[in-house]
Amino acid sequence: MTVPAAAYLLLSAALFTLGTVGVLVRRTALILFMSIELMLNAVNLAFVTLARVHANLDGQLAVFFVLVVAAVEVVVGLSILVHIFRSRDTVDVDEVDLLRG
Amino acid sequence: MEVLLFAVGAALSVAGGLGVVAARQPVHSALSLLLVLGSLAVLYLTLAAEFLAVLQVIVYAGAIVVLFLFVIMLLHARTPESRPSPLGGQWSLAVPLGAALWAGLSYAVLQLPAATHELPPEFGSTEAVGRELFSRFLLPFEVASLLLLVGIVAAVVLGSSPAPPSVPPRSASGREEA
Repeated sequence: MTVPAAAYLLLSAALFTLGTVGVLVRRTALILFMSIELMLNAVNLAFVTLARVHANLDGQLAVFFVLVVAAVEVVVGLSILVHIFRSRDTVDVDEVDLLRG
Repeated sequence: MEVLLFAVGAALSVAGGLGVVAARQPVHSALSLLLVLGSLAVLYLTLAAEFLAVLQVIVYAGAIVVLFLFVIMLLHARTPESRPSPLGGQWSLAVPLGAALWAGLSYAVLQLPAATHELPPEFGSTEAVGRELFSRFLLPFEVASLLLLVGIVAAVVLGSSPAPPSVPPRSASGREEA
């Protein structure tokens, strides 16, 4: 392992931060989902790196389950999104405020 | 070789991440996400996670990004973020907060001990991961399959139900009346 593990972890931190900033600043629900995927991938990279550092497969299995959850989340989230679009003609999260008191 | 792969992969994934956050068109965001996922798959290979690298390409790049692209196509992306945000100054707040988050995460990451263990042969291969998956992780694996089933049922139910009654998006003026 010629590249130090810290370099991978710093990259993971950078990607996670980018995803967080994306969730904070964007208003299109689709791009919010993509930013969440970015954060999940950053965490996956940290898992894989630490699995390599500790020579322990558990980290890689955690990534496997994160992949499953991410796939289900995207499927359900996007179908809800299509529903919202069909009824309100927008995917701007600031417009979807039916539950606002 | 590993240094070169890491440098290229890291640069491409950060560029893709910036693209996801900053692109104006959702399609460009989705393609940037594809760039991130592909370069992370390469990084997984350098980290001895070949099974996950393949899975990343098949599940993320092959399924999730395609799903995103289909939904962008269905919504025909006619809702640009043209109106000024009702919450002003999101960028000016989010960027310093993001920088603080990155600094904090980096600090935490650099506290970790750097000792690297020797890898057993076959580490991260499909066989090794599969062995773990079907022995120690059998119960989580079955629960994951249940979760996938719930996802399928939810997608079918949400996709086949008739369109709900149309509620017009509240306009900026309507917001003030309410």
